[in-house]
Amino acid sequence: MYNLSGTAAGATHPSPQADPPDLSKARTVAEILAPSQVEQVLAELDRDLVGLLPVKARIRDIAALLVIDKLRTNCGLQAQVPSLHMCFTGNPGTGKTTLAMRMAEILHRLGYVRKGHLVAVTRDDLVGQYIGHTAPKTKEVLKKAMGGVLFIDEAYYLYRPENERDYGQEAIEILLQVMENQRDDLVVILAGYKDRMDTFFQSNPGMSSRIAHHLDFPDYGVDELLLIADRMLADQHYRFGEGAREVFNAYLQRRLEQPRFANARSIRNALERARLRQASRLFAQRERVLTAGDLSTLEAADFSASRVFQQPGAV
Amino acid sequence: MMTNPTGRLTQGQFSFLPDLSDEEIRQQIEYGLGKGYAWSVEYTDDPHPRNTYWEMFGMPMFDLRDAAGVMQELDGCRKTFPSHYIRLLAFDSTRGVESIAMSFIVNRPQVEPGFGLIRQEWHNRTIRYTVYPYAAVEPEGERY
Repeated sequence: MYNLSGTAAGATHPSPQADPPDLSKARTVAEILAPSQVEQVLAELDRDLVGLLPVKARIRDIAALLVIDKLRTNCGLQAQVPSLHMCFTGNPGTGKTTLAMRMAEILHRLGYVRKGHLVAVTRDDLVGQYIGHTAPKTKEVLKKAMGGVLFIDEAYYLYRPENERDYGQEAIEILLQVMENQRDDLVVILAGYKDRMDTFFQSNPGMSSRIAHHLDFPDYGVDELLLIADRMLADQHYRFGEGAREVFNAYLQRRLEQPRFANARSIRNALERARLRQASRLFAQRERVLTAGDLSTLEAADFSASRVFQQPGAV
Repeated sequence: MMTNPTGRLTQGQFSFLPDLSDEEIRQQIEYGLGKGYAWSVEYTDDPHPRNTYWEMFGMPMFDLRDAAGVMQELDGCRKTFPSHYIRLLAFDSTRGVESIAMSFIVNRPQVEPGFGLIRQEWHNRTIRYTVYPYAAVEPEGERY
């Protein structure tokens, strides 16, 4: 089980542990939004995440539905707990995990999960290695996730059709049971690549029908990727030197045509490599006095040295 | 009944109070989780006061954030041992403490017969006393 930044107690966001505000008296949308600060989270979402317009629209819809549901409950109209389990599909690096963390917070602010933490797991954390190992392992993870969101990354690995004795099926069954019976205790978010998740759902129709929200994350365009690069650099106190942004743009155009492009993650790696080249470039100039500007500028040369440019026409 | 004035076993916290409701148990668990304790569920059918270590029902639960997980485990234990004594323990792992910080009974048998007193004649007309749970006369698993 790996800890994501921001899921540790008291990190990033002010008080993910604080009890959700009491909304049982509210009669208007504003009365729900004001104390729960959902608006702020949605605004942050818009500001911090580049692109992903369909996903953001869907999140707004879900948030609106939850607010209206709260009002309905307050009027005594309906007391059924909505099914909030979700499935995030998309290519690598399109922001699935990041969004899951935001989702946990939105649900917490609206009082649909009690604690609002995110437990991110993969197959290894759920499926055991021998008979009788899987059930306790899965249950332990589920217990840890109660009151928050369970994020299962690459969920399709849970089901291995080629091995009928695979213990993954057992984990799926326990998961299904909890997803159905303890909807107010935890929200499950499955994530994975689109095509493989589709196969997964085809072989586990029970899983598909218990998930109300299927969100598909589109790939980023070049413009969006450049914006992401700008933000990543700003976060690390770097900036593009003269002409460097154009070279990076050209780099992206070429890189996009190559296989195994992982969107934002590839951007981060590309910038990481540019930092390496910048470091060795400055390292070579032994006598030069380096200013803060020198140390934080990535020059065009740092990008144009990339392997992508050295193989003209490489696909 | 000298050895059993309330007709109930009194061990751990809250044992002189009426049984805690599930909601009250949940609140106690939340309190413990807030303090960073790890909860565990234990059961026994031998209520002797010197029976310190009860049987563990599952592993102690570390890294929980919400009481629902503990309640689920407790429900499982109640289903398996409906007429045993069940208690919840909170383990404080703070360095230097590393021991049980809370412990209270959450399930008890319908009838608690209490304890018998045995007087043993010793030399020089000395009398040595000891107690035994009436229930423990029966073999394990058939006591309640």
